Amino acid sequence: MTTTTTAYDAVASACDDVREGGPDDAVDGVPVGAVARPASTEQVAEVVRAAAARGLTVVPRGRGTKLTWALPPTSADVVVDLSAMDRVLDHAAGDLIVEAQAGTRLADVQATVGGAGQRLVLDETVRGASIGGTLATNASGPQRMLVGTARDLLIGITVVRADGVVARAGGRVVKNVAGYDLGKLMIGSYGTLAVVTEALFRLHPVPAVQRWVSVPVDTPDRAHQLAQAVVHGQTVPGALEVDWPAGGTGTLTVQYGGNPDGVEGRVATALSLLGAEAVVADETPAGWASYPWGAGETGVKLTFVLSGLRDVIEAAHEVGATVRGSAGTGVVHAALTDPAGLDVLRAVCGRHGGSAVVVDAPAEVKRSVDVWGPVPGLDLMRRVKDQFDAEHRLAPGRFVVSERRDLG
Amino acid sequence: MTTGTTGLAAVTARARELVPAAGVITDHARLRTYECDGLAHYRVTPALVVIPEDAAQLAGVVKACAEQGVPYVARGSGTGLSGGALPHAEGVLVVTSKMRSIREVCRADQRAVVEPGVINLDVTRAATPHGYYYAPDPSSQQVCSIGGNVAENSGGAHCLKYGFTTNHVIAADLVTPQGDLVTIGTAAPDAPGYDLLGTVVGSEGTLGVVTSATVRLTRLPEEVRTVLVGFQSTDAAGAAVSAIIAAGVLPAAIEMMDALAIEAAEAAVQCNYPEGAGAVLVIELDGAAVEVAEEYAEVERLCRENGSFEQRLATDPVERALIWKGRKSAFAAVGRISPDYIVQDGVIPRTALPEVLAAIAELSASTGVRVANVFHAGDGNLHPLVLFDETREGEAEAAEEVSGAILDLCIQHGGSITGEHGVGMDKAKYMPKMYDADDLDTMQLVRCAFDPDGISNPGKIFPTPRLCGEVPGRRKGAHPLVEAGVAEAF
Repeated sequence: MTTTTTAYDAVASACDDVREGGPDDAVDGVPVGAVARPASTEQVAEVVRAAAARGLTVVPRGRGTKLTWALPPTSADVVVDLSAMDRVLDHAAGDLIVEAQAGTRLADVQATVGGAGQRLVLDETVRGASIGGTLATNASGPQRMLVGTARDLLIGITVVRADGVVARAGGRVVKNVAGYDLGKLMIGSYGTLAVVTEALFRLHPVPAVQRWVSVPVDTPDRAHQLAQAVVHGQTVPGALEVDWPAGGTGTLTVQYGGNPDGVEGRVATALSLLGAEAVVADETPAGWASYPWGAGETGVKLTFVLSGLRDVIEAAHEVGATVRGSAGTGVVHAALTDPAGLDVLRAVCGRHGGSAVVVDAPAEVKRSVDVWGPVPGLDLMRRVKDQFDAEHRLAPGRFVVSERRDLG
Repeated sequence: MTTGTTGLAAVTARARELVPAAGVITDHARLRTYECDGLAHYRVTPALVVIPEDAAQLAGVVKACAEQGVPYVARGSGTGLSGGALPHAEGVLVVTSKMRSIREVCRADQRAVVEPGVINLDVTRAATPHGYYYAPDPSSQQVCSIGGNVAENSGGAHCLKYGFTTNHVIAADLVTPQGDLVTIGTAAPDAPGYDLLGTVVGSEGTLGVVTSATVRLTRLPEEVRTVLVGFQSTDAAGAAVSAIIAAGVLPAAIEMMDALAIEAAEAAVQCNYPEGAGAVLVIELDGAAVEVAEEYAEVERLCRENGSFEQRLATDPVERALIWKGRKSAFAAVGRISPDYIVQDGVIPRTALPEVLAAIAELSASTGVRVANVFHAGDGNLHPLVLFDETREGEAEAAEEVSGAILDLCIQHGGSITGEHGVGMDKAKYMPKMYDADDLDTMQLVRCAFDPDGISNPGKIFPTPRLCGEVPGRRKGAHPLVEAGVAEAF
């Protein structure tokens, strides 16, 4: 009997939709024993309990759009495929909240709440992404500047623990300080602490009007000066993005949303800040809210304090990387053709209070570089992991930290 | 591990080595001055008070506590309203009031680095010359400390638009319950790995003591418009709030006070609120001037359409301050109309406001206990003030019952037992009404990770602490780097 049938047998009766893993199910190259497709939190719990009873590893999967992010799991006996959990459970428009199952596509949530003139202010940075996957990877885009990221929007969560116990934290109200904020702990944990099955978010109104003001920038210093002028100005931008293709020159784009007269006035101020070359568009610019890397390239998330923008763009230029992202918050993504540039980027981000984490890369690259780099608070993270998943069966190896790191 | 007086004696001896003499208090009369925080009906005299001057001293004291198994409680300014800083009778009270340095204010990065004893408003004062401020503004901001704010995840009137402490703290130095000083988060956003900081902020001192916080500074808005609006009833005012939110306007703050709260505020600070109002709203809009002008026109119209009989727009900072004075002094002002009162802090979905207010009124009528309502209407955070006279037989108990019944109403409507004051000692007993045993058990996994011996602010938040068991070390499927011994897998 092979491992495959063992995994299948172990979870076959845990929910209605279970099949043996095939080649197409591999998680970032790692073969999968069985794929269980539960339809409810209770069924997820059944599957996870069945896996726990046999000591099997469990890897959650939303819509599979970011399965190659972070490190591949070291083992994937059972994939918990959340695509059948695709319902918006509740949209309370008057309370500006929405509750959805983890496998619900972000786009489907937007379609539902959009009918009431509302939106979940999370960018769909990868087409087809689910709520659960967005939380697990802490994916963010341009709109993080004004409203923030998943951690600023998630108000309640339901998870299934490694032992199959269902737990909830937070609730249906935005303001709530009762108990520990377990939702935040799950964000960016890549499925290593628990399987997220349902989530509640706060919503925001869709602005009546949106405009994008773009200006070409030919030196990192110019980009830096203009970005500083915008962030210290009074125009309240919804986003401030930089896009700088390898070997080329850059573009800064400022986005505004609000009432017609208000946006017109803010755009006029922005135009005067950004100079004669700035232009206004009433449609989303090309490449907006997307990551810069393509197949075969190494995608790296760079973070830094705002005073580091110039140096980060310069370093990216030096190593031949394309950078794109939030110049207004100090979170951009780089696309490297040669992963050797990672060390340079990591050094410059480290000097400016941030980090460089490999998000997505070919398997051989991820094997050869330190994907995560230095992680502050690592010992506490290890203790948290040991409490939530003592046997290290949930997405094992996704979050791996080399001890060759220099924690500084 | 030792307990009781031996352990305490060892901690005291260690504290005397680490901390200047004035910062180690053992005299009973002086210890008693620390017996409560802002929730004064809970009183416990600590066994020892230590007032360290820096993180190293603080960490040393906590390490001694850990070695001796002596519990400790951290305290900032002691303004908390849930008994979160209530001392432990056999434990140490670690007071951060001497750690008051604002280490850095950086305009370019929109950041400040502050010690835990720094007063909330002082961060804004330091940032204002640069065109910035620190957004979380609890009503006690003139006296409350950043360390306390971090522990409680403090909110304030403006968190409707700008969020809570957790949205503004980006990194922190933490003394763990083992006495180790570790940095969590980074000065840049999105620190890699688990969001430990998001877990520590709001953990009410049960996961460690923050000795430094890196906070986000927010650009001072170009324009602020504050308007005071009078309505005949809370229903009409509530309808106006719903209309404003439905119209897609997100004010910086929407506060409501009912007739009894208005009466109290008038008596205390003569804020000159509209006469005969059954409710007032304080609405503040801020942002780019052009945007605010347009939003204000909309808010003005929506209030009028929902029955406002008076709207008073503050035209200068003095008028604005007067409008806010009535609101911000409301809790204390209630002392003018009642010798004793309970400040409740519950949250409901905003749409449940009319129903819950009606239920509170009914509760008040049927029990004869008066309730004044002051609340953050924009986010459904109620602060009912339950009035009583302790000298009258049975009134305190009746008030306590009404106060608890209000929390039940919040839970029934899908809300929370606390929006900003914290669970502390006061509401631990309500936690099982809001979360089931598995939920609470899961939260305590975090506690066991940080504080397996349960010495950091024990007895707060959770009605029954979890026993933190041994962790089995079985792993499966090793990463090549792990096998090579140079890495570890999570």
